[in-house]
Amino acid sequence: MTGADPVGLYRTVRLIRRFEQRAIDLVHHGQIVGGIHPYLGQEGIAAGVCAALRPADLVTGTHRGHGHVLAKGADPARTMAELCGRETGLNRGRGGSMHAADLSVGVLGANAIVGAAGAILTGAVWARRRRGDDVVGATFFGDGAVNEGMLLEAFNLAALWRVPVLFVCENNGYATTMPVADAVAGTITGRAGAFGMPASVVDGQDPEAVHAVAAAAVARMRGGGGPELVEARTYRFDAHHTFEHVVRLDYRSPEEVAAGRARDPVDIQGDRLAPHRRAQVDAEVEATLDAAVAFALAGPEPDPAGALDHLYASGLTGRTGGGQA
Amino acid sequence: MRLSYRRALTRALADELARDESVFLLGEDVRVGASTITSGLCRRFGPERVRDTPLSEQAFTSFATGAALAGMRPVVEFQIPSLLFLVFEQIVNHAHKFPLMTGGQCAVPVTYLVPGSGSRTGWAGQHSDHPYPLFAHVGVVTAVPATPTDAYGLLVSAIRHDDPVVVFAPAGALDVREDVDTLAPVPFGRGVVRRAGDEVTVVAVGHLVHDALAVAEDLAGQVSVEVFDPRTVYPFDLDGLLASVARTGRLVVFDDANRACGVAAEIVASVVERVRLAAPPRRVTRPDGAVLPFAPGLDRAVQPGREALTAAIHHVVKDAR
Ligand SMILES: Cc1ncc(C[n+]2csc(CCOP(=O)(O)OP(=O)(O)O)c2C)c(N)n1
Ligand SMILES: [Mg+2]
Repeated sequence: MTGADPVGLYRTVRLIRRFEQRAIDLVHHGQIVGGIHPYLGQEGIAAGVCAALRPADLVTGTHRGHGHVLAKGADPARTMAELCGRETGLNRGRGGSMHAADLSVGVLGANAIVGAAGAILTGAVWARRRRGDDVVGATFFGDGAVNEGMLLEAFNLAALWRVPVLFVCENNGYATTMPVADAVAGTITGRAGAFGMPASVVDGQDPEAVHAVAAAAVARMRGGGGPELVEARTYRFDAHHTFEHVVRLDYRSPEEVAAGRARDPVDIQGDRLAPHRRAQVDAEVEATLDAAVAFALAGPEPDPAGALDHLYASGLTGRTGGGQA
Repeated sequence: MRLSYRRALTRALADELARDESVFLLGEDVRVGASTITSGLCRRFGPERVRDTPLSEQAFTSFATGAALAGMRPVVEFQIPSLLFLVFEQIVNHAHKFPLMTGGQCAVPVTYLVPGSGSRTGWAGQHSDHPYPLFAHVGVVTAVPATPTDAYGLLVSAIRHDDPVVVFAPAGALDVREDVDTLAPVPFGRGVVRRAGDEVTVVAVGHLVHDALAVAEDLAGQVSVEVFDPRTVYPFDLDGLLASVARTGRLVVFDDANRACGVAAEIVASVVERVRLAAPPRRVTRPDGAVLPFAPGLDRAVQPGREALTAAIHHVVKDAR
């Protein structure tokens, strides 16, 4: 088990925080079309879990997925370019916020269908190990996803076939406007228990606590253990989606939001650093993001003639001889 | 009265909830009305009849089937068109098949409401489908209203109908407003001529009706375009269309769905089986097997637009002259 690197964890949570804030600005300025689901407040989870993984390990993210992509090591500049729909983006501008993927660093993609990615990751980890690669995986999902049958079916397959997948539930208290208490019968960890999977609860606002739990689980999995579930308790600081900056949805009291924001993972981790060190990291992150935004906005928009590039990996065209006109 | 498309849907839900105790609403974030369609309904009708569900689409879709078998008239709202792929099994294999499989012992009067179908620009691959041809293919009643009046009328008819009905409210139509005098149920399988013309019939589905009308206006003086809105793609008003084509002799279908095995293909085939057109018909659709790419320019490039429709109209007219 590797100990936490306090500076590294801080750098990651700070990077995600500032990336998201800049992305929100770009949404408001029309540079990111379609809006985003901000990860603000939940940064410690992606940072802590991914710090426990190796570059070859695999992850899947969610609709709220920038944090997972960045924490696993994707280039912030190409990630921002993707959000801006540029040819220079991770997905050549074809995916956008909810589908950002970088297979070269083990990110099999954010995913816009809640609960759908867990089974994909399970299959991917199983296949890589079968081919002799010593990898494990982590799949992130929200509290809303634990009521999707397809995720529970993935729990069963992973446990049944002992696939080393860390199921990471980011319990931020709500699925859009639906409170966990009104949606989840039983408990989240109890669902793991039903499949004989070990489960634990961790303070998702503390990056080092998340890291410790994830590192212990990953060590067990690398030693031949099966899948595990960790429920990280967290709070979403901002809107479900930036459309909420325009359309007000009434479901959280201002007092509740203030209390949630009081436990900020960036400060919790930042307070563990000497002030000058923290300031130094902040400056480095700012420089990285200045460059990332400049890179993103300088990138060319994709040529519409290539709108369906990559539709088929095989190069298949559905129609022979007919054409589209 | 000035009525927006969104409020027309809200009105239809409110009127039916008020009229019939067996109607209830089910879906994600319907209490607060995240889709904006169900706003205010929970306050008026209470959380028993405006029910927020966990994220369990497959279960709540079949829960609605069960409730319908037991005499209720559920309306299920889906936040995203692509969720219909997730619940295709529940709708097709169960709700749709039960009446026949039980030898007529039951009915399954469920309405599936899909506000914001098609591209919402920037929602990309997994949120931008417009999957109505699939439902026409399996034979589920499929409505794609273009106007606020029809949004109201078709949704009311769907709720009162004794079989499952999917109502697709295209994202591109949600902001349409119109002056309305009376609101009434709209029958299924009855299209309307939105603009009369005598050289070419354009069949336009959903929000594309408005684009077709704009193109017809642009071309006025050059080509006389008739715009036919089928309102429901299944059942389809073939008699109405044949009457129009009998006048114009030419056909273009304008349909925001994938081309191969799409609704446009079915419409063209049904017409040419019965009449000899003056020129080969044309389809203006999404390409075969399209997945909507994220970048706005790519998203637009994959959707059928006014330019492509204009070109197709010129083609069929020229082919005939
Ligand atoms: C299968 C599915 N159902 C519904 C949606 C629409 N939707 C997107 S995010 C979301 C809420 C997800 O809540 P949760 O899993 O708790 O994640 P959070 O947004 O809180 O991070 C919903 C309902 C979707 N994308 N996929
Ligand atoms: Mg949540």
